[in-house]
Amino acid sequence: MTPIIELRDFKKTYKTGEIEVHAVRGVNLTVQAGEFVAVMGASGSGKSTLMNTIGCLDRPTSGAYLLDGVNVGRLQRDQLADLRNQKIGFVFQGFNLLSRTSASENVELPMLYRRPAVPAAEQRRRALESLTKVGLGQRGDHTPNQLSGGQQQRVAIARALVNTPKLLLADEPTGNLDSRTSIEIMGIFQELNRGGMTIVMVTHELDVARYAKRMVVMRDGRIVTDQAVEGMSSAQEELARLDAEQKAVNLAP
Amino acid sequence: MIILASIRLALRALRRNLLRTLLTMLGIIIGVAAVISVVSIGNGAKKQVEAQIATLGQNVILVLSGNVSRGGFSMGFGSAGTLTQPDLEAIRKEVEGVEGASPEVRVFSQLANGNQNANVQVSGVSADYLSIRAWPLKSGNNFTEQDVRGATKVAIIGQTTKKTLFGDSDAVGQSIRIKNAPFTIVGELAAKGMNMMGSDQDDIVLVPFTSALKRLAGGTSFRSISVQAVDAKLVPGVQHDLDDLLRQRHKIQDGRDPDFLIRTQQEISNVATSTSRVLTVLLGSVAGVSLVVGGIGIMNIMLVSVTERTREIGVRLAIGARTRDIMMQFLFEAIALSVIGGIIGIGLGAWISGRLSGVMGSPTVVAANSILIAFGSSALIGIVFGYFPALKAARLDPIEALRFE
Ligand SMILES: Nc1ncnc2c1ncn2[C@@H]1O[C@H](COP(=O)(O)OP(=O)(O)OP(=O)(O)O)[C@@H](O)[C@H]1O
Ligand SMILES: [Mg+2]
Repeated sequence: MTPIIELRDFKKTYKTGEIEVHAVRGVNLTVQAGEFVAVMGASGSGKSTLMNTIGCLDRPTSGAYLLDGVNVGRLQRDQLADLRNQKIGFVFQGFNLLSRTSASENVELPMLYRRPAVPAAEQRRRALESLTKVGLGQRGDHTPNQLSGGQQQRVAIARALVNTPKLLLADEPTGNLDSRTSIEIMGIFQELNRGGMTIVMVTHELDVARYAKRMVVMRDGRIVTDQAVEGMSSAQEELARLDAEQKAVNLAP
Repeated sequence: MIILASIRLALRALRRNLLRTLLTMLGIIIGVAAVISVVSIGNGAKKQVEAQIATLGQNVILVLSGNVSRGGFSMGFGSAGTLTQPDLEAIRKEVEGVEGASPEVRVFSQLANGNQNANVQVSGVSADYLSIRAWPLKSGNNFTEQDVRGATKVAIIGQTTKKTLFGDSDAVGQSIRIKNAPFTIVGELAAKGMNMMGSDQDDIVLVPFTSALKRLAGGTSFRSISVQAVDAKLVPGVQHDLDDLLRQRHKIQDGRDPDFLIRTQQEISNVATSTSRVLTVLLGSVAGVSLVVGGIGIMNIMLVSVTERTREIGVRLAIGARTRDIMMQFLFEAIALSVIGGIIGIGLGAWISGRLSGVMGSPTVVAANSILIAFGSSALIGIVFGYFPALKAARLDPIEALRFE
């Protein structure tokens, strides 16, 4: 079967004036359909650079990147845009929702750029379906500033899912969230993964990485560790345990 | 992304920042309103002049006495008339395509009917005059060629003068005294009303030009002769032949300035409208400049907006917007700004024109084509001045745009 992600000796070099920054110095990575990968590493180790390339926001300086069998290095700007639209869902650390725009309109956004066009009624139906998946079916009319951080990130996930992508990419999705909300988001990711969604996620926290099935650690633009997560956490169990503990001190009802 | 969606997106973005939107539009609103009202004044003036020229009659060529010098004609033209009765007869006989010809000898005279007095313009004309000016009679008859040849004391009276001197009773057959000479009224002119300048065209008395020269004005020459061509197509030929004939008759050598001036109706109206046209163009271009300034205002705000919304653009690019989609979004926003501004401006301009015509007492004409032009140019301004900001937005790098703080 074709892997979803196939990176061969991927390098990325940024030139700022005279100085060359080798952000990624040769990465080989293959991710099959249905995997859930956590990418970890110190600040500046090249995680975001890797994710941007995987997400078709950028092209490799050298080496090859095949997304679902398509060689991305040869594609033009607009072809990359179409690929992102059809095959990739993004979740960002800062949510990046459009302000003063309702949750459902935010979720509809990727369908606006879908080719061929999606009829308006179908757009609304799919947005609602996507919001329901993340537990926000009733909040479609709310604007981002009427939602909590966790809820905003859920809307962002609903937006990422609405075009039924092959790959969900998340760069520090829990970076702006408290620990309980983080676990809830991981719960959504695990459930999506159980449904067959391939997920690659960058995180600084080992706790969060443990919800993934596979862990990749980067250092200085290279992969230094690539292994299955032992003793994978279950967000469902964690949440149940947290609830029990909170009940004991009357934090939760 | 379909165009309709782009328009919806643009309108929503504009609604979100209503005050800024209105302020940005203000430049275009003022510019378009200025253009519309200035052009409407110009159009009104042009209509006015055209209407005046039209009262001269159809296919009329004016021969004016006077000498033309370089750069115009000397001020005293017509004071010493150089056109004579033999000239008039020669024109009638020798120039082909002439329907009729009439001099006009104008004298202001005291008129009297019994103890009713009036100071009225008396015009000495030929029998062709009424048909040249397409002026029908209400009752009675025109005077004849015999009357002209014999310098008979007959007169045709205008409606206003008739009312002054005779009230409601019939004037035909009655007698009036012009400068104490008794004239018999043979016809009553149909009412023509005010001309566009506001003077009453019906306050007039027409007499044979021979009688006017002999009994009222003195002298033997005319200041002007109106010549009517049979057909509009013949006007240039008649004009040319008139020039030849009069040069020959007045013994003007080739290359010398003649002692007369020939003007077609078209030329007269051109001269008359050119002044108002120059003014319109001048004021119009000032107004046009304010349109451009409005366009620059739009560009300025669009650039600010692109910078403010860099992150939004980054998100749109990340989720699959093509370069063209972003381009369209911002271009339509600029076009919507200028077109809506333009529509408001057209409304405002039409309103101002209405007020102006009331204040100035002269008509203003808001022509359909000036509305179309204003609409078109505001759309064009949106495209021209929105293009650069839209391009800037569309060319953003998605990664950098997403990282933008
Ligand atoms: N556009 C750019 N121009 C120049 N250098 C860049 C650019 N983007 C990233 N870099 C450099 O590449 C290196 C890797 O950056 P990257 O953002 O991938 O790190 P990261 O692992 O995501 O770090 P963090 O955990 O802080 O997000 C850094 O040294 C960074 O300064
Ligand atoms: Mg990073």
